[in-house]
Amino acid sequence: MLPIVDHPEAAKDFVNNVPRSHWHDDALWFVRVKRDRQSQSLPEWEYLREQAATIKRHTIANLGDYLQEFEANAARLGAVVHWAADAAEHNRIVHQLLVENNAHEIIKSKSMLTEECGLNEYLLEQGIDVVDTDLGERIVQLRGEHPSHIVLPAIHIKKEEVGETFHEHLGTTAGESDPQVLTEAARGHLRSKFLGGDVGITGVNFAIAETGGIVVVTNEGNADLGVSLPRVHIACMGIEKLVPRFHDLGVFTRLLARSATGQPITTYTSHFHGPRDENSELHIVLVDNGRSQIRDSDTFRDSLNCIRCGACMNTCPVYRRSGGHSYNATVPGPIGSVLGPSRDPKAHKSLPYACSLCGSCTDVCPVKIPLHHQLLAWRKVLVGKRLLNWSKRTGMKAASVLFQHPKLFTLAGYSGRTALRILPKALTHNRFNEWAIDRDLPKPPRQSFRAWYAKNRTETQPEDTK
Amino acid sequence: MNHSATSTPEAHSRQVVLDRLRGRAVKSPGLPEIDPDQLIQFDDRLTQFEQTLELVGGQSHRVDSPQQIAEILSELEEFRSATCIASTVPEAVAPTVDLNAIDDPHDLAPLDWTIARGEFGVAENGAIWIDGDTLPHRVMIFIAQYLAIVISREQIVDQMHQAYMRIGTPKPGFGVFVSGPSKTADIEQSLVLGAHGCRELQVFLLP
Repeated sequence: MLPIVDHPEAAKDFVNNVPRSHWHDDALWFVRVKRDRQSQSLPEWEYLREQAATIKRHTIANLGDYLQEFEANAARLGAVVHWAADAAEHNRIVHQLLVENNAHEIIKSKSMLTEECGLNEYLLEQGIDVVDTDLGERIVQLRGEHPSHIVLPAIHIKKEEVGETFHEHLGTTAGESDPQVLTEAARGHLRSKFLGGDVGITGVNFAIAETGGIVVVTNEGNADLGVSLPRVHIACMGIEKLVPRFHDLGVFTRLLARSATGQPITTYTSHFHGPRDENSELHIVLVDNGRSQIRDSDTFRDSLNCIRCGACMNTCPVYRRSGGHSYNATVPGPIGSVLGPSRDPKAHKSLPYACSLCGSCTDVCPVKIPLHHQLLAWRKVLVGKRLLNWSKRTGMKAASVLFQHPKLFTLAGYSGRTALRILPKALTHNRFNEWAIDRDLPKPPRQSFRAWYAKNRTETQPEDTK
Repeated sequence: MNHSATSTPEAHSRQVVLDRLRGRAVKSPGLPEIDPDQLIQFDDRLTQFEQTLELVGGQSHRVDSPQQIAEILSELEEFRSATCIASTVPEAVAPTVDLNAIDDPHDLAPLDWTIARGEFGVAENGAIWIDGDTLPHRVMIFIAQYLAIVISREQIVDQMHQAYMRIGTPKPGFGVFVSGPSKTADIEQSLVLGAHGCRELQVFLLP
């Protein structure tokens, strides 16, 4: 079980470094602006979102049938389909495949599912080293970190820090921080890994029930290079990645990259239907790991629509300022704050509160997940599960008592107005009152609304209420 | 799935997952059909394709004959200095590597250039569909330092819906949309061309 980490606590260091927090904020807003430019270039954008949401809802509703259709078609093409009920089983299946193929050098392209399952750590315990080949993922891997964003894994790291990491691990010149030079160094370093790879592991962006094929998209070409050389390709996917028909890809390939990075499409959109040739193997691992439970919930089912574009993170004012690591979850940001508590409500109980309910995530989501409604719904669930923290619980109880007793309410109002007037600032602004950090208390009104009303409205009825 | 597998833990999990999904009936909307009238169409698909390709970092050339392709390429220093070339368009560029004589795709590691054939282009995003059947080794698209793709300028569709309709039922094997050269912005959102795949993409548009 994950340790319980409070989002505000985990975000503290990041937020307190004001210039860095602003730099991070700007970097993500830049991506959001690019996304807007692309989405606005298509008159049918809203139509596409509607189509995508309906296709996904239909697929999730009929998921059992589509999974079996996919399995049968993939098998017909010569792929081997594996089923994993949870992360541990997924890891065991992949490990078993590696052992069977006597594989020691593993090259992996970006897969949030393998992150979710902790595959790298598991394989390391079994003595197998995995090389992440996405540049951002390689950077965080060399630094012993985890991705802070699902599309831009190293968005929290400055180029000077990448330079230090590469100097240490790849032998680049000390102080080198030019992205062009650093990328070239990574290209050279990873080329040798690609050529030495025994097995290529990828995620899956879309799997097609009708054809039994899978689609993997990248800009770098790392997934494609990684599985075109070795004999064995293992593709790991959550069961929600299915689409029913081949031509449904038209909808999703148009939405994904535009929403993710503001590109009209990724550089490479690779379609794999069966293994490369008769000597090669394609293994597809279908992973549930809690997804079928999310499907059971009428409230949270639509979160399975997610195509992992990251647009909700790029637009989220909390994510942009607090950084992805503050969520302490594989998927951070708004969608992560919905998915995290689904997995473990206790460990992730603070995430639905890492949200101002501004609704921007819902507006940009290409598959129309009502994210901010779901975050609000999670708060209700957490209260029901008695997982609300002490300060919020007591505050809510006190407010409830206050609103139920008019006399008490009047007294509280009077005391508040008086206290605001006479208390010295030293007493209201001290370290015990966290609310007053960076905030001033309001100027007290001379009288309460009820007093004002009694004076101005009781003697003569206003015109319109006669 | 064979009979011996039904007793494995994996087969058990398969049943567990399917039972969980079947245990809860969920109201399902119908599967929508895309209305073509809702979709963007370009007056001049070719020009739109060229502009979008430039936006994604590729370069395009309208040419009238395969010979012209060789002429344009030979103006590039990175082509003149190339020693290892794979080509499935021999009428334009003669290969230096006999792809059919190669068994192990690793042997293509030294490739400087790949000249490949594309089936059609997509105006909205500059992507080109490459059918894996035209590639003796699919790695040639990704491992070469530079990539050139030859397509017919008559073969440009508006958007991805038309693209997938045009492919129809995919054949077993491989197919890829390529839109521009390999790229990354993983270091501080600075765009760098030439991440792991080709450093440069030249597209030749034949009549």
